Amino acid sequence: MEKNLINQNLELVKVVFAGSVDDGKSTLIGRLFHDTNQIYRDQLAAIKTASARQGSDNLDLSLFTDGLVQEREQKITIDVAHRYFSTPFRRFIIADVPGHEEYTRNMVSGSSGADVAVILVDAQKGLVEQTKRHLFIVSLLKIPHLLVVINKMDLVAYRQEEFEKIRNDFISFAAKLNISDLQFIPVSALTGELIVEQSERLPWYHGPTVLGFLENLELTSSRNLIDFRFPVQLVLRPDQNFRGYAGTIVSGEIKKNEEVMILPSGKKAKIKSIIADQKETELAFCPQPVVIELDREISLNRGEMLVRPNNLCEISQEFEAMVFWLAKKPARKNQRFLIKQTTKTTTGFFDQVIYQIEINTLHRKQSQGLAENQVGKVIIKTLEPLLFDPYQKNKATGSFIMIDEETNNTVGAGIILGSKRNLATTKKELKSRRATAPVLWFTGLSGAGKTTIADRVKEKLEEMGLAVERIDGDDLRQLISSDLGFSAQDRDKNIARAVYLCQLLSKHGVIVLATFISPYSKQRELVKSQVGNFIEIFVNAPLEICEKRDVKGLYQKARRGEVEYFTGIADGYEKPKNPELELKTDKLTVDQSIDKVIDYLTQNNLI
Amino acid sequence: MSNYNLDYLKQLEAESINIIRETAAEFKNPVMLYSIGKDSSVLLRLAQKVFYPGKIPFSLLHIDTGYKFKEMIEFRDYYTKKIGAKLIVHKNTESEAEKLGPDQAHTDLYIYYKKTKPLLEAIKINNFNAAIGGARREEEKSRAKERIFSVRTESGSWEPKNQRPEFWHLYNCRLNEGQTMRIFPLSNWTEADIWAYILMEKVEVVSLYFAQKRKLIKRHGVLLRIDEFVQPKTGEEVFEAVCRYRTLGCSPSTGAVLSKASTVEEILAEVLAAEYSERQNRAIDNTSEAAMEQKKSEGYF
Repeated sequence: MEKNLINQNLELVKVVFAGSVDDGKSTLIGRLFHDTNQIYRDQLAAIKTASARQGSDNLDLSLFTDGLVQEREQKITIDVAHRYFSTPFRRFIIADVPGHEEYTRNMVSGSSGADVAVILVDAQKGLVEQTKRHLFIVSLLKIPHLLVVINKMDLVAYRQEEFEKIRNDFISFAAKLNISDLQFIPVSALTGELIVEQSERLPWYHGPTVLGFLENLELTSSRNLIDFRFPVQLVLRPDQNFRGYAGTIVSGEIKKNEEVMILPSGKKAKIKSIIADQKETELAFCPQPVVIELDREISLNRGEMLVRPNNLCEISQEFEAMVFWLAKKPARKNQRFLIKQTTKTTTGFFDQVIYQIEINTLHRKQSQGLAENQVGKVIIKTLEPLLFDPYQKNKATGSFIMIDEETNNTVGAGIILGSKRNLATTKKELKSRRATAPVLWFTGLSGAGKTTIADRVKEKLEEMGLAVERIDGDDLRQLISSDLGFSAQDRDKNIARAVYLCQLLSKHGVIVLATFISPYSKQRELVKSQVGNFIEIFVNAPLEICEKRDVKGLYQKARRGEVEYFTGIADGYEKPKNPELELKTDKLTVDQSIDKVIDYLTQNNLI
Repeated sequence: MSNYNLDYLKQLEAESINIIRETAAEFKNPVMLYSIGKDSSVLLRLAQKVFYPGKIPFSLLHIDTGYKFKEMIEFRDYYTKKIGAKLIVHKNTESEAEKLGPDQAHTDLYIYYKKTKPLLEAIKINNFNAAIGGARREEEKSRAKERIFSVRTESGSWEPKNQRPEFWHLYNCRLNEGQTMRIFPLSNWTEADIWAYILMEKVEVVSLYFAQKRKLIKRHGVLLRIDEFVQPKTGEEVFEAVCRYRTLGCSPSTGAVLSKASTVEEILAEVLAAEYSERQNRAIDNTSEAAMEQKKSEGYF
């Protein structure tokens, strides 16, 4: 019984219905519900009564969507209304966007998150300014599917030429936009032609009805299942023993025991447990709400984000965005506001208004500011860094709203195009400037080839225009740690100093190549836990070969007992268990080793 | 789960959980309105999931009119105790409210003094700045225009013309001095979704939802059950019929529907095939065409 009643395969589809004044949208929606028997009898009776009061004997289906008294009295439609509609395969959530007042804000609001946009036009009027605005918003917000419904075909005697003309106008206007799937249906909402039933009055049309289109459309998922992003929404601390981070996985997926990076701090941790639906799970994915526990005591706050160490989002206090300005008072350069993006709220301002878009022509116009309902490209600076992706890549981390600090009203919505530097400089430069540049930790016996490889990798990275620095065990000992010897304790101290340097450099976007014998795994684990974006590279050559190479003559000295605690001779070397990279220098040439390092960095998006 | 698909109920659930978490994170002192009905039961189930492994941290507020079905009050006390929730019951004890009898339960005066006023009072007394409720947009036409995070003025009223637009899942939770927020996590759910969820999650609901033989009279076209608040008047015929309730409220103003659905499965099947809307048997919505809108602008939930 349960299986049959709860249709597990029912797809949830979000549709935005938009049109301009008097193009019959209310009638079309009323017709859609009426012809699929989804108007309840008591609602139908109310429509009949209201129709009669207007002096009409026919059922005025537009009254089905009629809302508030204020609206009827002032003959306006306020705000987006939501309607719900099911077919055997799909469950539709319809955002019904009015054509009159506040058209931009309503259209953007109704379109955000929509899978399909249905735009109505009047067959007698064709493509009007309002329609162009709707098309522009559909394109900018990347709604995957667009259906243009050409209504009132009854008033043009169901002629194909009118339909074709409007269709061609649309296609040529849409060519300037980014619309991937565009379909057209001629209908008459008033008489019910091609809404639910096929029509004999339009024998030249062979496509689907509006309902048929909505039911059978192959949906392009706008879900991003690749880039794991988990903005911390709420910290749960029901008792001393439990600290969980609650939130929604807004994109990607994550498994238990996977390593994650906390942004903006760059600290790393492993996923200790994932709770979904009040039980532990091995895997969770977008858009599941979960509670995540980490394997170590790190205090995380709302607004911070978990990502994979090799797939970071952007971190910046300055970015380019396309914004819709909705306040009565125009925005100018230096306009201040609160910006809410994922679960983070901070203060922001327009550093620059680059241009405003003229909707009718799609021309860019130089402008000092943005008036109500205008759209434009701006540079926004924020008090605290935001963690984001371009909207093109990730809608959840690439969208934001703006709130007036005094009135607390929502005064704008925007989509992030990219961090400003991204556009000003090369992609590689940007990556090197990420808040935590990678720290490449070369470990291995003396003579294994750490210095040789790191020096050559440094040259390569510099050739690419990247900021890079070397920290070498020997240099460090001469310059900063001349007070230390080689006992386990002194080695720890030496490493602690190295870690400090790595953190400093990495924080400022400088890639660090650190070459330390660092023989103890415990010590390396410690470094790993303290340095964000830590990459362990095991430079591996057998002791006999290292001893044969003996570049610095140290092995001879150690054999003679002149060097205390020499790794490999008088002290052990604990091999890394899971290094990010292993270079067997007895088998690889120097060039091959360098290529492996560069390949690793490229493949993991680190340069 | 391995195919990375969430069925539609799970998607609705995910959206609602996100809304409740956002409320808990952004407001200092939120409360959850508890009306004891099916939507409240679903809301509570969601809230349990939101805070698991912890308990629901905020209080539940029930506005008691004194004329609720006794099964509702029993269920309220049993269920909130069972899940360990903090319950606040608030009732208007002023003379204007006390003098209103069960026969006036369908009047605007009754709604104002017994529901709207004590609700606003309770919010003020307890300094709640946000109240979560179980209203759904599908229920009624003025609710279709409701935001998910909906601002109320200092006097508790809803101003449909001044609503904040909502974009993506980015909710503006900021309030001016004196304003409060109403939050509707079930905005996008339909009656059928609620019952499907109750079935899937085995959510407990009040026994009145299930069909059984009850003693009834017909008054103002509505089937009322004979109980301590509803007694037959001269000329009113008492009859027995198998019936159930689609929505719950005050006993003297909430009508039963003739139905044989006595299990959740049967109710769901009935709702999927329903020809009449859910609020048809609520005497309070029917006083005028714009009844709900009017009550909402006064501060009714």
